[in-house]
Amino acid sequence: MNKVVANPEEALKGVESNMTLMLGGFGLCGIPENSITQLVKLGVTGLTCISNNAGVDDFGLGLLLQGKQIKKMISSYVGENDEFERQMLSGELDVELIPQGSLAERCRAGGAGIPAFYTPAGYGTEVAEGKEVREFNGKPHILEKALHADFAIVKAWKGDTEGNLIFKATARNFNPMMAMAGKITVAEVEELVPAGALDPNEIHTPGIFVQRIFKGLKFEKRIEQRTVRQK
Amino acid sequence: MALDKNGIAQRIAQELQDGWYVNLGIGIPTLVANYIPDGIEVEFQSENGILGMGPFPFEGDEDADLINAGKQTITATKGAVYFDSATSFAMIRGQHVQLTVLGAMEVSQNGDIANWKIPGKMVKGMGGAMDLVASAENIIVAMMHTNKAGISKLLKTCTLPLTGVGCVKKVVTNLAVLEIKGNQFHLLERAPGVTVEEIVAATEGTIIVPDNVPEMNLEI
Repeated sequence: MNKVVANPEEALKGVESNMTLMLGGFGLCGIPENSITQLVKLGVTGLTCISNNAGVDDFGLGLLLQGKQIKKMISSYVGENDEFERQMLSGELDVELIPQGSLAERCRAGGAGIPAFYTPAGYGTEVAEGKEVREFNGKPHILEKALHADFAIVKAWKGDTEGNLIFKATARNFNPMMAMAGKITVAEVEELVPAGALDPNEIHTPGIFVQRIFKGLKFEKRIEQRTVRQK
Repeated sequence: MALDKNGIAQRIAQELQDGWYVNLGIGIPTLVANYIPDGIEVEFQSENGILGMGPFPFEGDEDADLINAGKQTITATKGAVYFDSATSFAMIRGQHVQLTVLGAMEVSQNGDIANWKIPGKMVKGMGGAMDLVASAENIIVAMMHTNKAGISKLLKTCTLPLTGVGCVKKVVTNLAVLEIKGNQFHLLERAPGVTVEEIVAATEGTIIVPDNVPEMNLEI
């Protein structure tokens, strides 16, 4: 099954204002840069974005925040972004902060047909407010519900025409779970190869979860915290 | 004299045991990796998706696709493995990680911890901290004993929004090593040259002081 589309314009056809989007990445690592650029061009607004972070002021999801395209963010950590903080404190932006492990599992659950699950994370904190509590093995847990998205947009290192994906190093992060949870999942890849060119033993995300795949034109891969040691 | 951040990290490193998988939080905890005792082999997990985190890369070798949970460029050790975020937190919640070291803004005498939010001032999010503290059997908090204004961070009750309840069992500060049990802080060790009186004065929560409080030995 050929899932290849020519470019981000085609890949994001059907994205409309007020939709819910999932965007892969941790910090600026493994984010779908080319698709984000296209979302800026599309000018869609009122978006609910599910993403672990919100980029920085001038890169990643920060670009959508600048254009006030996002209505609500569902994330676990949103530091490093002044515009984000300004919009949140002024009430322009609705923010739901949830523990990182719960965010990952809620995406996974959404893609795996599990409507909700119990986790100990967040019990006794403001994250637990309004959530069902149940004890297992003498320990309280809270009920967390699955997340779904109209579009899940992920970034992989290599992909084939069938939509099978391989991620590189820690750029994998949220991408595989989000790929599972989109009604339409778009994958942008650095290398796009014919079916059969990837070793089936080494594929991380099976193509069944991916509807559209394209080769990104350019990946800046900005580093957020460059830390080195001397030779 | 009170310890500096490196001294705190050095003392915590003495808690490491051979064969442990360890998650180090951002800040002082990250420094623990610099003081692994001889003859001990541990592997560091970073919750964004690596087991076998190595030192920072040499200049020019940085890879944007290889970072830790603090978003710093890192290297991978021999035998390292990468995985997705759901697998990473399965390791954490499933108690496959033997030790978690993290920083805190406040710790209370019943083991509550607050380290993610100052209402109206700082709202960055909890990241993986809530998952880590809710599940880990063995949590050590690394922090200064008092805040910049000189106010104790070891309290009867936390004033800031909580990250987890009743989960901290040990605290290592610039002044002391303390254990939390029975709704009290128990003083175990003093930093070199720091008196019991100084520690008691800097602790707002109930603190139990045994007859003999040894000085930390940072030479081992």
